Amino acid sequence: MASILKIIAQRLALGALTMFVVSVVIFTAVNLLPGDFAQAILGQGATPEAVDAIRRDLGLDQPPITRYLDWLAGALQGDLGNSFAQANFAAFVGSDAGSGLSSVAGQIAPRFENTIFLAGVTALFAVPVSLTLGILAALYRNSIFDRATNILTLSSISSPEFFLAYILILFLAVMNPILPSLSNIYEGMGFGERFTKTLLPALTLTLVVTAHMMRMTRAAIINLLASPYIEMAQLKGISPLRIIVKHALPNALAPIINVVALNLAYLITGVVVVEVVFVYPGIGQLFVDSVKIRDIPVVQACCLIFAGAYILLNLTADVLSILSNPRLRHPK
Amino acid sequence: MTRISRRSLLKTGAAASVLAATGMPLMAAPKSGGRLRAGLSGANTSDSWDGRTHSDLFMIASAQGTVFDSLTEVGPDGSLRGELAESWEASADAKIWTFNLRKGVKFHNGKDFGADDVIESLNMHVAEGAKSAAKPIVSAISEMKKITDHQVQFTLEAGNADFPYLMSDYHILMYPAGMIEEAIAKGIGTGLYAVQAFEPGVRMVAKRVDDHYKGDSAGFFDEVEYIAINDSTARMNALLTGQVDAINRIDFKTEALLKANPNTRVQEVTGNQHYTFPMLSKTAPFNDVNVRRALKYGLNRQEMVDKILLGHGQVGNDTPIGPANQYYAGDMEQLSYDPDKAKFYMKEAGLTSLDIDLSASNAAFEGAVDAAQLYQASAKGAGININVVQEPADGYWSNVWLKKPWCACYWSGRATEDWMFSTAYEAGAPWNDSQWDDARFQELLISARAELDSGKRREQYREMQEILRTDGSVIVPMFANYVQALSNKVATPDTVGNLWQMDNARMAERWWMA
Repeated sequence: MASILKIIAQRLALGALTMFVVSVVIFTAVNLLPGDFAQAILGQGATPEAVDAIRRDLGLDQPPITRYLDWLAGALQGDLGNSFAQANFAAFVGSDAGSGLSSVAGQIAPRFENTIFLAGVTALFAVPVSLTLGILAALYRNSIFDRATNILTLSSISSPEFFLAYILILFLAVMNPILPSLSNIYEGMGFGERFTKTLLPALTLTLVVTAHMMRMTRAAIINLLASPYIEMAQLKGISPLRIIVKHALPNALAPIINVVALNLAYLITGVVVVEVVFVYPGIGQLFVDSVKIRDIPVVQACCLIFAGAYILLNLTADVLSILSNPRLRHPK
Repeated sequence: MTRISRRSLLKTGAAASVLAATGMPLMAAPKSGGRLRAGLSGANTSDSWDGRTHSDLFMIASAQGTVFDSLTEVGPDGSLRGELAESWEASADAKIWTFNLRKGVKFHNGKDFGADDVIESLNMHVAEGAKSAAKPIVSAISEMKKITDHQVQFTLEAGNADFPYLMSDYHILMYPAGMIEEAIAKGIGTGLYAVQAFEPGVRMVAKRVDDHYKGDSAGFFDEVEYIAINDSTARMNALLTGQVDAINRIDFKTEALLKANPNTRVQEVTGNQHYTFPMLSKTAPFNDVNVRRALKYGLNRQEMVDKILLGHGQVGNDTPIGPANQYYAGDMEQLSYDPDKAKFYMKEAGLTSLDIDLSASNAAFEGAVDAAQLYQASAKGAGININVVQEPADGYWSNVWLKKPWCACYWSGRATEDWMFSTAYEAGAPWNDSQWDDARFQELLISARAELDSGKRREQYREMQEILRTDGSVIVPMFANYVQALSNKVATPDTVGNLWQMDNARMAERWWMA
């Protein structure tokens, strides 16, 4: 047990280091973006004085290193700073006006919750479906069923997400009005309605992530089917399904868990396009809106959250695959 | 597909009175009830109920169009009428304006509306450090005096006959005095609908107020919901699948789909929104009036309307005054493509050929680069070689506009002639993007500003438009229509406002469920 804790601690430390490196990369990349917030928000009205005034108000006239250190120090204390757009407008009334939206954290929290909800609904469909498909494909490998599943999932992963989204809208919302094409969920909406409205984006994402998980499950199981102990089981006359589920699957868990975790991370970070198409008020849409107006603190915070989600889920995958593999649990 | 100009309006007005005389119903009477769901663009996560920050449709429709009121209002036919002000009168020099406020008006929190609210709401725009877009309007008031609880007197720095018009600006909303911060946080106004829910950049829901001062004449929905849909394809999907009843700004390329659907219809009006190519008139070669005239005739305007706006617009006549303006001189001779005339003016300028750069980016307007290329092709026939310089969209307004001798630009237009001219054509104005400085023009601008006689003003503004048309330094190839789409479940009056999209953003007030 102690060794597992040690491994987890090591991984966490590595994760923290990665986060630090990522934060440097994000900050540099975001600051390399052409154009700046003052010019973006003032548009046609960007006179040099007005641009200077806004830049001064927001501390954009400081050197990048100072800004980075300020931001990092704040982020470590859970303060992701104030949204530029909100800071700018709070200045009109002299105070925050009680909307509570001026802090980046306050702006991101409800959106992040929505994205997690969407990811959850998607995972609810995608994980069981792709595991079942993977197992069945391994069981009936090289059959018509195997080929059909492969073609279907591979073509859905190869199509751009917005294309899949529009195809689904065409079939499920326009031609057969079963599901709403607009996923404008809001706070205080009943769970049933929220779930219905989330279905189309969730289905789109399911199509996108299924192929990867299903193929990995299939490959991992087929790989094991050549091992001597499976041959032994076959010789004993155990049914193929039982061999796969009871004997092969537990040993194939590690790679499967890895790919599932990777795809869950994708559900949080890769939803940008899908959220925009379905007008889903999640973090992806916020990200797009913020990039559009060069609201740097929000963009940075979103990137940081995306990076954090990836690192955390990869960490979980590592730990789980260690736990599922006795050989890794008891290193000699 | 109603295209409304002031003239056709007069005609329909005449037709209406004939119909009324014969006792034929002009249109179905509005009926109350139902919930309007509109998918609107122009929403931002930074939106708030602070009128000083409003700049795009979502908040204009939510605030001035739904929850808040202004002193005056521009009607669908372009005429000015009182909203929170009942009547107003000016001194002979148009310097002192007295507004009589409506009595018995209440804010959504129960507070009575009066003179103090007006003064405090106006002062917001000139407060220390405030960055209001309406600051130039309010800072022109040198003194605000409360005469009675329902009468306010404004003294202006200089006479301005358009002052009541300026009070209809969508930034200048009336907030309850002493609690403006709270009103901005919660959205407390005097409008027909009170806020139920507001999530910036996501949605706004408002409910009809009982016992509103506008009574049964406006505000026919029980509830309105505005959903922020910035993506134009998503907006169209939402309308086609019946998730919303109306959308603004449709993508022209998909217009055929909307027209093919039996449950939706497209509505468009020509307003003051125009695209321009300003030339710096103090920089060579544009300082030569003959070069400017040659360029005016070297452009095929109709082709540009057909190809850039796909027909959703009207050719421009090199003036910024459009069909939604009061003194629009629509009967001036139309500038048209004439290579021979262009060549003639080139000769007058002593030139046989001319090489000039035209800077463009789609940041100026959608299709600006294509428009510049069309210009290039048509001007070639007159011996003018335009070199189209494609500029980066980022920083276009800071680095190109007002700086490069000739570039692409757009203006949403202004409700009054004086406002438009003093923003972009008055000598010395910061946004005078053509360095326009013409003695006669300037003289007319000053005298028309304080002229209360409408007939005289019309003549003055006409002359100004003629000066710009013949000698002006801004090419205005086209006015772009406001194009929106509606479900047949929603009915609108025959005349729809053309000052802004969606019936001047007042659809909650003027439309009803069919």
